[in-house]
Amino acid sequence: MDFVNGLWDAISTASTYQNAALFAGLLIFAASGEWVAERSGTINISVEGMLLSAAFTSAVGYTVTESFVVGICCGVLGGMVVAGVQAEMSHRLVADQFVVGLTLNILILGLAGFLDREIDLTTKTAEKVQIPLLHRIPLVGDAIFDQPWPFYLLFVVVPVSWWLVFRTRWGLEVRASGEDPQAADVSGIDVNKRRRQAIYYAGLTSGLGGAFLLFVQVGRFDEGVVSGRGFIAIAAVIFGGWTLRGTVAGCVIFALALGLRLQLPRYYEGVPTELLQAFPFLVTILGMAIFAKRVRPPAALARPFIRGLK
Amino acid sequence: MKPMMRQGEWLGLYVASVAVALGVSAILIRATGGDSLAVFDALIEGSLTGSGRWGLTLGAAAPMLLVALGTIVSARAGLVNIGQEGQLLIGTAFAVYFGFRIGGPGPFNLVVLLVAGSIGGALWAGVAGVLRFRRGVPEVLSTLLLVTVASQVTAYALGREWLLLASNSVGARNNVSEQLAEDNRLPNLNIFGNQIPSSFFLGVVFAVIVAFALARTVWGFQLRMLGRSPQAAQRAGVSQRSFGMRAMLTSGAFAGLAGTVMFAGGGFQFSNYKFVPGFSGNIGWTGLLVALVARERAMPAIAVAIAFGALRTGSSFVGSTGVEARVTDVIEGLLVLALLVPPAVMFIRDRRRARAATTART
Repeated sequence: MDFVNGLWDAISTASTYQNAALFAGLLIFAASGEWVAERSGTINISVEGMLLSAAFTSAVGYTVTESFVVGICCGVLGGMVVAGVQAEMSHRLVADQFVVGLTLNILILGLAGFLDREIDLTTKTAEKVQIPLLHRIPLVGDAIFDQPWPFYLLFVVVPVSWWLVFRTRWGLEVRASGEDPQAADVSGIDVNKRRRQAIYYAGLTSGLGGAFLLFVQVGRFDEGVVSGRGFIAIAAVIFGGWTLRGTVAGCVIFALALGLRLQLPRYYEGVPTELLQAFPFLVTILGMAIFAKRVRPPAALARPFIRGLK
Repeated sequence: MKPMMRQGEWLGLYVASVAVALGVSAILIRATGGDSLAVFDALIEGSLTGSGRWGLTLGAAAPMLLVALGTIVSARAGLVNIGQEGQLLIGTAFAVYFGFRIGGPGPFNLVVLLVAGSIGGALWAGVAGVLRFRRGVPEVLSTLLLVTVASQVTAYALGREWLLLASNSVGARNNVSEQLAEDNRLPNLNIFGNQIPSSFFLGVVFAVIVAFALARTVWGFQLRMLGRSPQAAQRAGVSQRSFGMRAMLTSGAFAGLAGTVMFAGGGFQFSNYKFVPGFSGNIGWTGLLVALVARERAMPAIAVAIAFGALRTGSSFVGSTGVEARVTDVIEGLLVLALLVPPAVMFIRDRRRARAATTART
């Protein structure tokens, strides 16, 4: 009973939603780009590395210039560099996309750990901007409408991703590359080029995500800032059935799990910390186990396209 | 094209890409104010030329090789199991739990350890297998997410005396299992003044078995068929579900075995025969990279594992040069990335040549 009361208290405090909103922001930034990449036919597991790389480069950018704007631009650059390696190696050369992604993740983790010890970084979180009126919504108002300003980029990135994929010729070609690359190729679409571009887009949004992580959520870089959340973002895309709506919903659900994990110990101490740590990942696995069979992935997901080879 | 020239081309590509990786590492070390030559010297001394370092290198290579063998089995079946780090942890936890619970004389206990470790690893991989074949969850992702869960599960178990925590540790350092008794450890073999751990020979024996099984048995053929074309395999009576599941379990078992070997084996001291949080020390990830660099073939994996083991043992000497030892992780990552290039380039070149040949004929 204590547990239920504690859980209820944790669910009904605003600070749970504050934390959840921050996690959701990170996940949505990463997942909206990942979603585009997956619609083009790539499971881009280097999202984890993109986030970490971006967090690091944005920290460097801020340390040098003390400007958040420059920091964010550097973050985008950091994400795009990783995207470049992933895209060129898996869709220009034909190295396996998982192999490249995994190697990149390990390389970036090593690089971040090494450079973090070699370079002194001084960063902080950006100042909060309150949206008048809306922030007074009970429980979730502060969480969504009283945040440091990079948070509001979310409200740009998600619609832009949707517009790109569903309202432009480019998006149509991206989707064609993910569904039926042979047919797309015959109709004159450069399938691998579209896939590379989709990965670059994932690098861009993950770059924003990494900068967000640094300037909004944690304020200070260390090599453990991402620690598997990039993978949760990928899971959100699968959970959402490769629709943007579902992906964002998945991000919010997994973020609530992440936020609850931080708040619950204040109200109920009986849950082992290890279980709390594993909780968001268990929720993610469970979410996929329930929904993965009900949805249809892009038909050519994770299949490399080589002309003449089916 | 003559085979000699072809081999020369392969060699040239490999040499070039390794040179680029080492060059980039050297630039990175220089840029952060270190001495790159000193670092490479320290790496060689720490892994090969220093006294007794050979044995340590082979000891570090052994678990990497075992993890790689498991990866090779699952990869040949077309599965992307990339959660060896977690399977290794759970396997070791099983080995530690049952090893101390069952007890018994030295050799018997050693067998218990190895068997329990394999079962533990297999079970953890089995979770991802069930999710894949029953619920349609891509194993790429479930295995990755299960790594985090595994490290929390083992941390939990190490904090509880009825699971893994040593009973005499009250008030002392927490979260450590009991130390493995001396006669329960894997023995070392003394060759030319080097203590070569028997775990390495275990790895080599398994490598031969895996290579033979994949190339020369019906099981291996069915496995490869499944990896190449699931549809064709299905028509030939190879069920994706049962065969894929078996491949998954095998690969997890190898990871668990690797963890047990780290726990009970000599050579490179992973944690002094105790199980601690963070015990896996990235061996699972590195073993995975070994399999990838060896291009999913068992015999080359032996050589690659030794090379990566050398990086691992060499890194303990790097600190003395004033450069952060983590630089070896960077070198390792760059090397793997560079080694992915030659096969991809050769693939494209072969296709171009084939096209040129067909157009010339018509």
